[in-house]
Amino acid sequence: MTSPNALLHRRDVVNELLRDRGDLLVIAGLGAPNWDVSAAGDHPNNFPLWGAMGAAAMMGLGLAMAQPKRKVLVITGDGEMLMSLGALATVAVEKPPNLTIAVLDNERFGETGMQKTHTASGVDLAAMALGAGIRTSCTVRTMEQVTEIRDLAHRGKGPVFALVKINPEALVFTLPPADGVILTTRFRQSVLGDEALYN
Amino acid sequence: MADLAAKPKPTSPPSWPDDVYRVLKEADVKQVAMVPDAGHSRLIRAFDADPETRLVTLTTEEEGVAMLAGAWLGGQRGVLLLQSSGVGNCINMLSLPAICHMPLLMLVTMRGDWGEFNPWQIPMGQGTQAALEAMGVIVTRADTPDDVAPAVWGAANLAFNTWRPAAVLIGQRVLGAKNFKELARK
Repeated sequence: MTSPNALLHRRDVVNELLRDRGDLLVIAGLGAPNWDVSAAGDHPNNFPLWGAMGAAAMMGLGLAMAQPKRKVLVITGDGEMLMSLGALATVAVEKPPNLTIAVLDNERFGETGMQKTHTASGVDLAAMALGAGIRTSCTVRTMEQVTEIRDLAHRGKGPVFALVKINPEALVFTLPPADGVILTTRFRQSVLGDEALYN
Repeated sequence: MADLAAKPKPTSPPSWPDDVYRVLKEADVKQVAMVPDAGHSRLIRAFDADPETRLVTLTTEEEGVAMLAGAWLGGQRGVLLLQSSGVGNCINMLSLPAICHMPLLMLVTMRGDWGEFNPWQIPMGQGTQAALEAMGVIVTRADTPDDVAPAVWGAANLAFNTWRPAAVLIGQRVLGAKNFKELARK
């Protein structure tokens, strides 16, 4: 069992969040969350971002509203989430029941030399999400809690915000396709069927 | 001068927002993302009263670019309503529709062009079209009320049929220039 004082490993967290994923739709924020989601297994129902920092939560909202019968999980980092704090307010107002946002918080800008983010100085994203009005918002420090978030994401009683405190480890990159057209087209074909290929 | 500052052919109320609403409904727009502008208020009211459309107020305009990318992944079409100053907030986020060949329809009400009173509106207003075009957005201008709905129809077709970002800039000649000195005297 995980000691509450030991920081979680990001790939363990993501593997658990995506366990038995079924028809879960996943948006991954740029940088390490993209590589983590891809390391768990490339999948047409993943949309891993390679840029557009700050997009992940709002893409999740637009997707969740367009596909109300599907569950949407956004997995992103603390730096990416800090760039779009207003999105927490917008998500809270729209209250999409089928949206879960999991922030992997290593308190670092991992891709650029592990500089500290604001969360390293005490900025509490879970409190900000709660303050925005996302009622189910929590800080996750154990794998048991990760399993609870995984189950909540599949249940669709959101919106859910989870701040997962993780070890600031730099891991080998696992890269999904980089071409945005490939990622977009295969996602739409998987979700919408072959008619998505035609105008 | 007061007469010249008025809208070119004052009709009350202006009918172009109703025409734009019909064009957007025919284009099957289901998600409307916006940061409000007075020039869009009639269109916003129409969508607010429309149970088939999800109207989402943003805290900043680039949220809407990302939201509508997500909508497209899920099979829904949308429109982003914003003021020209908000175009500046969107610049890096416009990478998303550009590199993914996703449609994005933006209706931009202009400040900082014809008849502008507030000098602070000039830099972004004058930079709006160049900023959009620098990011690969196809831009159409509408400078008379009769131009607006056809411009939106054309941009919607470009966006949704060729899977590109497209914007319509609705000029201040359509919207009427604000005169803060007059407002301050009232």
